Amino acid sequence: MIRLEKRTAPSRFWTYAAPLLAVVLTMVCGALLFAALGNDPFVTIRTIFWDPLFSEFSWYYRPQLLIKAAPLVLIAIGLSFGFRAGVWNIGAEGQYILGAICGAAVGLAFYPTESPFIFPLMVMAGALGGWAWAMIPGVLRVRFGTNEILVSLMLVYVAQNLLASMALGALRNPDASGFPGSRNLARYPSATSWINEGAGLHWGVVFALIAVIFAYITLSRHIFGFHVRLSGQSPRAARFAGVNPGLLVLICMGISGTLAGLAGLFEVAGPSGLISIDFNAGYGFTAIIVAFLGRLHPVGILLAAGLMALTYIGGEIAQSNLRLPAAAIQVLQGMLLFFLLAVDVLTHYRIRLTARGVA
Amino acid sequence: MMDLSAINPILLLASLMVAATPILLAAIGELVVERAGVLNLGVEGMMITGAVCGFIVTINAGSPLLGFAGAALGGALLALVFGVLTQVLLSNQVATGLALTLFGLGFAALLGQGYIGIKAPVIPKWPVPVLSDIPVIGPILFNHDPVVYLGIAIIASVWAFLGYSRAGLILRAVGENHDAAHALGYHVIRVRLLAIMFGGACAGLGGAYLSLVRVPQWTEGLTAGAGWIALAIVVFASWRPWRLLLGAYLFGGVTVLQLNLQAAGMAIPVAYLSMAPYLATILVLVMMRAGRAPGSLAQSFHASR
Repeated sequence: MIRLEKRTAPSRFWTYAAPLLAVVLTMVCGALLFAALGNDPFVTIRTIFWDPLFSEFSWYYRPQLLIKAAPLVLIAIGLSFGFRAGVWNIGAEGQYILGAICGAAVGLAFYPTESPFIFPLMVMAGALGGWAWAMIPGVLRVRFGTNEILVSLMLVYVAQNLLASMALGALRNPDASGFPGSRNLARYPSATSWINEGAGLHWGVVFALIAVIFAYITLSRHIFGFHVRLSGQSPRAARFAGVNPGLLVLICMGISGTLAGLAGLFEVAGPSGLISIDFNAGYGFTAIIVAFLGRLHPVGILLAAGLMALTYIGGEIAQSNLRLPAAAIQVLQGMLLFFLLAVDVLTHYRIRLTARGVA
Repeated sequence: MMDLSAINPILLLASLMVAATPILLAAIGELVVERAGVLNLGVEGMMITGAVCGFIVTINAGSPLLGFAGAALGGALLALVFGVLTQVLLSNQVATGLALTLFGLGFAALLGQGYIGIKAPVIPKWPVPVLSDIPVIGPILFNHDPVVYLGIAIIASVWAFLGYSRAGLILRAVGENHDAAHALGYHVIRVRLLAIMFGGACAGLGGAYLSLVRVPQWTEGLTAGAGWIALAIVVFASWRPWRLLLGAYLFGGVTVLQLNLQAAGMAIPVAYLSMAPYLATILVLVMMRAGRAPGSLAQSFHASR
């Protein structure tokens, strides 16, 4: 009979090996799924995981990877603080939308003036928008004990409706003769987040790297990082250590909201270019996978976001070249998270084979 | 131009019961799961999987009855994935529930590809004899399709099961203190797996009600947060079955009223009216001081601790 025995300390080996094992298992099951859908499993796996990086067209795909990974890193870094402390902000998608709406609104208000101050103002508005949207579930949890998971999620649907009304109403391009969607900010030099469009480089990429460094130092070297980790592992011990639990919730929500808002702003002013009804592409939800895949560690998140960007770009190639349905990629990403959660048992438990009835 | 006289209060109340049914079904399943001490945040994923399974079976077999059975089975099987991960492999319930939702949304979209744009067969109403002829009350309460009655029947059975049966007592014991229940010789993991599968089956039924009756066709993302509202209603109901009914009708009411105001041409833009059910959920979560949650909610159980 198979029995699980709790380890006294998490296994160092499996901490690093488990995500790799999860990726391998996902590839195997993904291959089976693709075969079931009538695609050649080996070609499909190669198209998704290899071609974006090393095929003859990789000069085109590599910048795309950067563009996809940047918002995932930004959002996931923000979420990792809360997830470590037991603050479950699931509504990053909504904060991302609000960041984009607020940032774009500031940019559009100045159109067509050119000034070096416009973009920094937009960045501030985007960060503020995301922060404010995240403060709603944060304050409600601290003040009324409301469940932040449900509130932050409900606010995603509210944000989506707000986005639709903005794209059709207040922020609509007045020169587009009634078509929904705002002016293109990427074509407005003072408002664009692009640094070098051909290389896939925009300010979001820069901020993502800064966020990784900032998070790494905060979590490993600063007392706040210690409080975050302590609150997640033992709320009681954290209180004895002088942690104010309400304040911690607000700070964690604030960090994740701000970063998600920034991600939305950089996206709307660059790769996406405009506020449209379907502007949000689910980064806020995929970032949850990224945060867990990266084990809530800044460097891990960087690698995980790269992998997830790979499945996005590879998935797009497989969609156009192999006619793989878009939903198959979503299933693949879901499987990755399942396997990751499943193999995690090896980190904290030892598997023992014992005679039946002993346990 | 707004025309409120176009809104018929009797029809409004009758359609409120219909609008509440999918949330009601999903929520009563989740209530049992949470009373057993498990927090499954994958309701949305199980609902949409149920929606697509029910739709596919109904179209291919031509029988809505088989369709609902297929939906329950699909929801229960997906829930079993959650059960194995959280109960056997001891994964974090919050993360696993989210994974279930993300996976379920993709999986349902994949399954439903060939079924977009097909209309579901109409499910006939079952007017209750005599009672449905009562003026006003008859058309509101007793002139619905069978699933509406089924939802209320499940609530009544869960209430009786939890309050008045030995198995229900064991389930509650497992949810309140799993270590004590284990010490008394009850199979914590087995009880929880059964509860999780019941929750999945109910969520599947709720999803199928959306794709077969409410909408009634298959579109991607058709649950649109209904699963999350179901989770909120469980908190609203303080984990008690009859209060769940009240909560579901409250949200059904907001949804129906919002749709009626849209149809009546209210001056508020559609996008803002569509926010109403979600904002109402937040408002209720804030105003209701939730009752005490089951003692072992969302904690992993491992016998050796």
